[in-house]
Amino acid sequence: MARTTLKRVHGYLAEFDSATDVYHASEHIRDAKFRRWDVHSPFPIHGLNEAMGLSRSKLPWFVFFGGLAGLATAFSLEYITQVVLYPTVVQAKPTNIFTIPAFFPVMFELTILLSALTTVFGCFALMGLPRWNHPIFASRQFSKFSDDRFFICIEARDPKFHQTETRDFLEKLGGKNIELVEDEL
Amino acid sequence: MSDTATATSTPSSQVRILEREPLVTNNRSYNWITERVCGIVENRQPALWWWLFIPSVLLTGVTFFCFAYLISTGVGVWGQKQPVAWAWDITNFVFWIGIGHAGTLISAILFLTRQKWRTAVNRAAEAMTIFAVMCAGLFPAFHVGRVWMVWFLAPVPNANAIWQNFKSPLLWDVFAVSTYFTVSAMFWYIGLIPDLATIRDRCKPGLRKTLYGLFSLGWRGGNRQWNHYEMAYLLLAALSTPLVLSVHSVVSFDFATSVVPGWHTTIFPPYFVAGAIFGGFAMVLTLMIPVRAIYGLHDLITEKHIDNMAKIILLTGTIVGYAYSMEFFIAYFSGNPYELQVFQLRGLYGPSVWYYYAMFICNVFAPQLFWFKWCRKNLWVVMAVCMFVNAGMWYERYVIIVTTLERHFTPGSWRTYDATWVDNWTFIGTFGMFMMLFLLFLRFLPVIALGEVKAILPQSDPHHDPHGEKGVHELEIESGKTKVA
Repeated sequence: MARTTLKRVHGYLAEFDSATDVYHASEHIRDAKFRRWDVHSPFPIHGLNEAMGLSRSKLPWFVFFGGLAGLATAFSLEYITQVVLYPTVVQAKPTNIFTIPAFFPVMFELTILLSALTTVFGCFALMGLPRWNHPIFASRQFSKFSDDRFFICIEARDPKFHQTETRDFLEKLGGKNIELVEDEL
Repeated sequence: MSDTATATSTPSSQVRILEREPLVTNNRSYNWITERVCGIVENRQPALWWWLFIPSVLLTGVTFFCFAYLISTGVGVWGQKQPVAWAWDITNFVFWIGIGHAGTLISAILFLTRQKWRTAVNRAAEAMTIFAVMCAGLFPAFHVGRVWMVWFLAPVPNANAIWQNFKSPLLWDVFAVSTYFTVSAMFWYIGLIPDLATIRDRCKPGLRKTLYGLFSLGWRGGNRQWNHYEMAYLLLAALSTPLVLSVHSVVSFDFATSVVPGWHTTIFPPYFVAGAIFGGFAMVLTLMIPVRAIYGLHDLITEKHIDNMAKIILLTGTIVGYAYSMEFFIAYFSGNPYELQVFQLRGLYGPSVWYYYAMFICNVFAPQLFWFKWCRKNLWVVMAVCMFVNAGMWYERYVIIVTTLERHFTPGSWRTYDATWVDNWTFIGTFGMFMMLFLLFLRFLPVIALGEVKAILPQSDPHHDPHGEKGVHELEIESGKTKVA
């Protein structure tokens, strides 16, 4: 199979032993004003968002509007079918807007349903998943991120990235097995 | 922050900080947890797995045979005749839906209340929820009689231009249960993504790696992903909490909004929800105690976990006992002769009093053993009580549904209900289906939420001090900021 030898540098990957180490290293990278970098860990590390200088996720905003959409859908569905299209007197309940208490359960359920769907798909969109191929998977040691290792990857597209200085910087922070991750084009 | 904040060498003059039991015993490492949990999926299953799996598949076949027989012959093969139009099918539906509720309680409510012990059992409990709701959904679908018309439940226009009656609690139920199933499945899947990635990263290239890779969506565990992931998890927990309370409330509305004496009571929603959580926790323990023993998960699912769940069973069992007694009292106190008559027939001299006694003994008396620590520590006792509760919760639904209808308003139409073999085997078969799905879950998916358990280890706290240095509290005591008596 013909393979191109052209490679593109993705960035430097450094391994850390513990959550504490990676937390403190993140604080330094944040203060060094790097922008294109990430910490890869087997579990979410408490307080790392602050240590990385990340802002709070915007997901709740999407979910709020998703929930409103669910509420509106349920109300329209019920009002249009029960009051406009096919008014029937059941259990002596009126066939006008005053029958709304009987509509509440379905309004509630659809609010929850659409909020939850927005949460899941909004979360996927914000995380950039599904994305099955990523340059970082070219690294062999990276597969330990889901077991017990912690990694910091500073990407080459960061304006402050430097071929030797970034490496030294990661070394100074205590990174081990520093590797230049390249993916084949 | 850390759940295991301890002061081991506190001199007697200082305040004693009580030691918490660790959530993962024997100070296990991240790698040990990965190996142990992924090992279940990667290694051969024990022979017992096959001994359980094959009968479960056969039993599943029995359920579907019974349904096929029902469809080909007619609803008369079931035991219900007027006035008992709702019998085992609705009993089984409410029973299975209730089982599911403990899963959502563990994954959502205990998450919001920051109960970190939930991490060891939430994955299996959520799986149980989904499988139980699948079993539950079969019964009302076939109860409608002509199952090929079941799509009439969905709010889509049909040839007669008739719309569903949105004022009916039965339609609320359709929305509640389908929303519950969808949200539970999504919650479960979101939780699975990082763990599927763990299995993916351990697989050799091949079909397994491709499939686990496909379903883990290319997860990289970056904190820029965890940031949104944790928010999504929090939001789903916050959405599932009112959802789970609403689902069994809506199920109880099927009864409570009717005018049938014995059903028309306002106590039903909280009573049903407490009962559901009660029965669900019993089922979680029924499943997790053997799983823990067979797969050697004693360090992850510790005695502390079982103890906590036993206490929840005690609490909810006592709430259920209160509800039973209060129902009886109100039947007398309301001065409504029909209501009183129903309860007298139910619990004192009706044809099905034994069901009532079985319910009371199993659900109210059996869990009282959990007041004693010895009983909560002895797994045989715990299993026995859980079996009582599993049975008792089925009796409860039978008592509510069948014994009420057996003695309807007109004594001339009274009839004692008898289940047929089709009723029996359809229900027994759903246990096979539940077990089959659970065994497949054990075989293919990580039974413990790896990422979540790792996150509660003491070394996962970035401010954890591996060298045994003094914590903030001890430093405050030394500097005199905190006064010690």
